[in-house]
Amino acid sequence: MSLFQLEHASCERDAELLFRAVDIDLGEGEWLLLEGANGIGKSTLLRALVGLYPLNARSMNFAGVDVLGDRGPLLAHTRWLGHALAIKRELSVIENLRYALGIAGRVIESDPHALCALVGLTGYEDSPVRTLSAGQKKRVALLPLIASSAKLWLLDEPFANLDTRGITLVHRLLQTHLTRGGSAVIASHGDAQLAAPSHRLTLVSP
Amino acid sequence: MSDFSATSSLLFRDLTLAWHRRSDVLQPLAFAVLVVLLFAITLGGDRARLSAMAAPIIWVTVLLANFLSFDQFFREDAADGTLDQWLSSAVHMSALCFGKALAHWLVYGLSLLLATPVLAMLLSLDVSLLPVLLVSIAMGTFGATQIGLVASALTARLRRGGILLALIVLPLFLPLLIFGSGAVDAVQAGLSARSALLLLAAQTTLLTTLAPLAAAASLRIGSDQPP
Amino acid sequence: MNPLLRWFHSLGSPPTFYRFATRWIPWTGFAALVLGAIGLYFGLFRAPADYLQGESFRIIYLHVPSAWMSLFIYVLMAIYGAIALIWRIKLCEILMMAAAPIGAMFTAVTLITGMLWGKPTWGTYWEWDARMTSELVLLFLYFGVLGLANAYDDLRQGARAAAVLALVGVVNVPIIHFSVQWWNTLHQGESVQIIGKSTIHASMLWPLLLVAAASKFYFLFALLQRARTLLLEQERGKSWARELALGAR
Repeated sequence: MSLFQLEHASCERDAELLFRAVDIDLGEGEWLLLEGANGIGKSTLLRALVGLYPLNARSMNFAGVDVLGDRGPLLAHTRWLGHALAIKRELSVIENLRYALGIAGRVIESDPHALCALVGLTGYEDSPVRTLSAGQKKRVALLPLIASSAKLWLLDEPFANLDTRGITLVHRLLQTHLTRGGSAVIASHGDAQLAAPSHRLTLVSP
Repeated sequence: MSDFSATSSLLFRDLTLAWHRRSDVLQPLAFAVLVVLLFAITLGGDRARLSAMAAPIIWVTVLLANFLSFDQFFREDAADGTLDQWLSSAVHMSALCFGKALAHWLVYGLSLLLATPVLAMLLSLDVSLLPVLLVSIAMGTFGATQIGLVASALTARLRRGGILLALIVLPLFLPLLIFGSGAVDAVQAGLSARSALLLLAAQTTLLTTLAPLAAAASLRIGSDQPP
Repeated sequence: MNPLLRWFHSLGSPPTFYRFATRWIPWTGFAALVLGAIGLYFGLFRAPADYLQGESFRIIYLHVPSAWMSLFIYVLMAIYGAIALIWRIKLCEILMMAAAPIGAMFTAVTLITGMLWGKPTWGTYWEWDARMTSELVLLFLYFGVLGLANAYDDLRQGARAAAVLALVGVVNVPIIHFSVQWWNTLHQGESVQIIGKSTIHASMLWPLLLVAAASKFYFLFALLQRARTLLLEQERGKSWARELALGAR
């Protein structure tokens, strides 16, 4: 069944079209790899989907509901992860997780310690984030994804700053998410280590 | 109901962060004491002269100190991507803005309110004026925080706030200042402070109702350019 | 759709507005010049001197129309701002940004003429009179809107931020005015106003109305001129703007 559909979408920056006529049709358990050169608008497209950038499209549906005008139903089941990690240095790993979800109006659905173990942060649960390395911070930013029941993940360069083990980790998290019937759109230009995506979309300038 | 839990979650987060940054919170208080010191020195330390001007000096000092804290409102959340996370969640931004302002007042407004008796003592304010001063400052700082909420939301994604923030905020402070110091003046003149305090309460209520909506609309502006 | 609505709708499209502005700029400028010249001539040279204020009252022919315009433009700016925010009409953002400096200019003229009038009447250039104080605050509200718009790199974002601030300002303008008046009566009592409560003689009034009409036409003239330039700057990527620029070369 189709979870997320986008028809004939385009974005413009400074009165110039970035890309045009983008179609996405994503079923449950499928993921899409978003490719394209730097500056082509991969991040912009993801931001536009969650309403942070103006989007022109013919239609946009989530679980059969039209979400082009009102993003509400989409946002309630979507978690977007951008370049900025949105974590606070002074707060501990678990505090960061709790507030990230709490302020988004969600609750943590499983044991936070088990979640930390899942991303390889065992032993750092109560450490302030400022004491962690860049790669570990990235893992802290991944926590809200797996702690909530978001159906659709929109990930912008999730492999940046991660070592080989970290990349494998993201893959494992993604596979679990997909087998639970979730979907994802992942923007990445380093395609080397990726498992086969269900769909590929390459953005080109018009 | 998720708006309510999200707002209270934000409130707790901001209070926790403020606790971690206690020294930052003390800075506006130190500023207020310094301004009072400068006034006391320029007025020659004459107790009679200071006492006569104490209430207006305290009002202006507290509002300026409060203004200095506005730079902290959204700048960091905008810079580290937290703001974009809020905007891309299903929670109403105006609810979060209300929580944000409440947390800010509980941290900065309340601490300035607690510092007011000290400022009053330094300027030898007539003790009989202290209750009306405290009531008016409590309401006034709450209203001022709402103005700060909107102005900071409008400048959150700009590289610099500073003077621009002052240009936006200070003219809007005027009614609060007039009614607030007017209440103290009335008591000083042996009149009832009732009408001034009611006008102050009305202005603060109006600001509290409209500011979160205006701030929520403002925070969306510029979201199309990531930090 | 009824024809008036359709005309209004089509005016929202940039090329149509550009042509509309180009057509009307000379006419509005001409009207402002003629009405202003007649009004000022009769106001400054023909109207009788005021029995209380003497010749110095004549500054009302500049002061009063400017004061009217300063408030009128702020309200208009807020209306454009609201339309721009709610319906996302680009043209209204541009009209708002085009109106702001003109409004600030009228506010400054009001303040300067008020001060010049204050010297012979009050014996001082600046008196903390309620109207003058409100007008000064209004000038800072204009500065805030202009400063905010300029602080954004992106023209449209700046315009939208300024629109929110203009709306906040328009809610606060009556409150500020009321509070200043409240404060003024508390501390100083009534001062001589530039135009009193008494009715003004017809021979003094009609030149004033002419200048007021001229100021409206001047505003339209300046607004269309500025909006046209801003529009071209923002639409530089669009084909109609390119064709226009190439055609002009």
